[in-house]
Amino acid sequence: MELLYASCVGLLVTCGVFLILRARTFPVVLGLTMLSYAVNLFLFSSGRLALNKAAVLGYSNEYADPLPQALVLTAIVIGFAMTAFVVILAIRGRADLGNDHVNGQETVKNNKKGKA
Amino acid sequence: MIQHLTSLPILLPMLAGVVLLLPPCGKSLPIRRIASVVFSAITLIASLALMAKVTSSGAQVYAIGNWSAPFGIVLVADPLSVLLVSLTSFLGMACALYACAGDDGKGAFFHPLLQFLLLGVNGAFLTGDMFNLFVFFEVLLIASYALLMHGGDKHNTRAALQYVIMNLVGSAVFLIALGTLYGVLGTLNMADMANKVTTLQGDDIYLAKIGGLLLLVVFALKGALLPLHLWLPNTYATAMPVVAALFAIMTKVGVYSMMRVYTLVFGEHAGELSLMAQNWLWWLAIATIFVGSIGVLASQDLRKLTANLVIVSVGTLVALVAVQSIQASAAAIYYLVHSTLVSAALFLLADLIARQRGKVSDRITAGRPVAQPLLLGGGFLIAAITVIGMPPLSGFVAKIWLLRATYETDQAIVFWPVYLLASLAVLLSLSKTGSTLFWHNTTAKTADAAEQNQVHPAQYCALAMLLIASPVMVIFAGPLTEYTLMTATELHNFANNLSVVLEGAQ
Repeated sequence: MELLYASCVGLLVTCGVFLILRARTFPVVLGLTMLSYAVNLFLFSSGRLALNKAAVLGYSNEYADPLPQALVLTAIVIGFAMTAFVVILAIRGRADLGNDHVNGQETVKNNKKGKA
Repeated sequence: MIQHLTSLPILLPMLAGVVLLLPPCGKSLPIRRIASVVFSAITLIASLALMAKVTSSGAQVYAIGNWSAPFGIVLVADPLSVLLVSLTSFLGMACALYACAGDDGKGAFFHPLLQFLLLGVNGAFLTGDMFNLFVFFEVLLIASYALLMHGGDKHNTRAALQYVIMNLVGSAVFLIALGTLYGVLGTLNMADMANKVTTLQGDDIYLAKIGGLLLLVVFALKGALLPLHLWLPNTYATAMPVVAALFAIMTKVGVYSMMRVYTLVFGEHAGELSLMAQNWLWWLAIATIFVGSIGVLASQDLRKLTANLVIVSVGTLVALVAVQSIQASAAAIYYLVHSTLVSAALFLLADLIARQRGKVSDRITAGRPVAQPLLLGGGFLIAAITVIGMPPLSGFVAKIWLLRATYETDQAIVFWPVYLLASLAVLLSLSKTGSTLFWHNTTAKTADAAEQNQVHPAQYCALAMLLIASPVMVIFAGPLTEYTLMTATELHNFANNLSVVLEGAQ
């Protein structure tokens, strides 16, 4: 389980970082979303992975750490709000700047292609 | 009531933000302005009252919901956090007042956003819990995103987009660091973390080190430390000047977090991990001062110049944090207050100068003379002398003190030349800027009376508040230095910090 879990987090981070380094806003937003998924999974695992353990007293003999679950909940809510904001900002950037590049301008290479 | 005083600097701006959105404040701009300034003043009074209480009866610990540390979240009001909360409230009030002259009408919700930003900054200064620090970071960031876009144009959108993406990545790294640290230490209360770090063994030490250094990346990003400072000049120069003035405190939040984490949690008592970030901080800080001063020399307009001055001040502060002595920390705290106020004043001055110079705005080229040369020129002179560090204003006291604080260590051989050369660069650049802005005019006559944009009384008051702080900090330099020394002693008093938070929770 640990291996599966860790490789999932790793894969998500890899994809997230790759997408964040793209030049256009849409992949960047997707990358940020993936990165925040990875972070949420990672935070969750900081309380150790366990099966059949309750987080509430009186339901089982052993207990899972409830704090990481609370932390993940907070992180999800905040991440969701921030993603919503960055989506709106990207749309506004598309309208204001005339293109969807993070730098706000077409790269030199694209300009040449456009002229040709 | 009195035992809840610690939470008031957080609760009052929150209340203010909500009240300002509701009728009657939400409907009419004049009422909203008055309410915003009044609320800021009340927050300032509450912060000062808290400061008086902390000075007289020691650090206050407020357990939220009465869940005592380390299980619940605590607010810790020690001399350092209280001083910074008061500084924030003061700056917030000056900015609210300044915006009343018309800047707040350029977009929706300026005043509520300002209050939410104050809520986030005050919370970040007061909290004693790492995850809570993250939450307050996010609160202040989301308010700052919206403020950055306030009344903006194209360039603004681009700078804001980059700023938001940078900070979202920063938040992700912050959470990874917190997850790692929680997994190793099993706690997120700062004092308890400091306690647990000393007992780490085996591989856990390296995991904690990874977590601690990831935190360094986050704080370096918030504080604009090299090489993560590149977002700052553009962001600050494209934001509205009053917003940029308010942002002057935000880099200091990053520096404050470094002070807390690398003095308390990973300080000299942390066993194998003690002072692990010192080398990184020291060299990065020196490089930041260097790059910042080049930026100051190369700046084409006054706002960008001020943004680069902020970078120089961050470098100086972090260098002092890296020295890790009581004297250096005390000098850093004095310098922090002084540099925040003067960079805010310079942003506001840049705005006033730009309004009166018409098309050339605040670019450092010859143009139309300003309509009120005596007022603006005088203000610029005071601000420039303060920021350069020439006698008799507060910059001089700060400079002498921080030079003396580093002299006792062997790091002076690096710090002195870099810092003094940076001061020279600032001096050269500001004298050129001042003489170009005020003396090199293309025409002799100022604009028509209609276009003059005379300084509004509210703007005048806000600017005066910030500028007068500099001579006041010199006149009361005695009590102030005693206070900052006391603050630094408390900051470095490891055993006391732990016992106050973990045992003294009410």
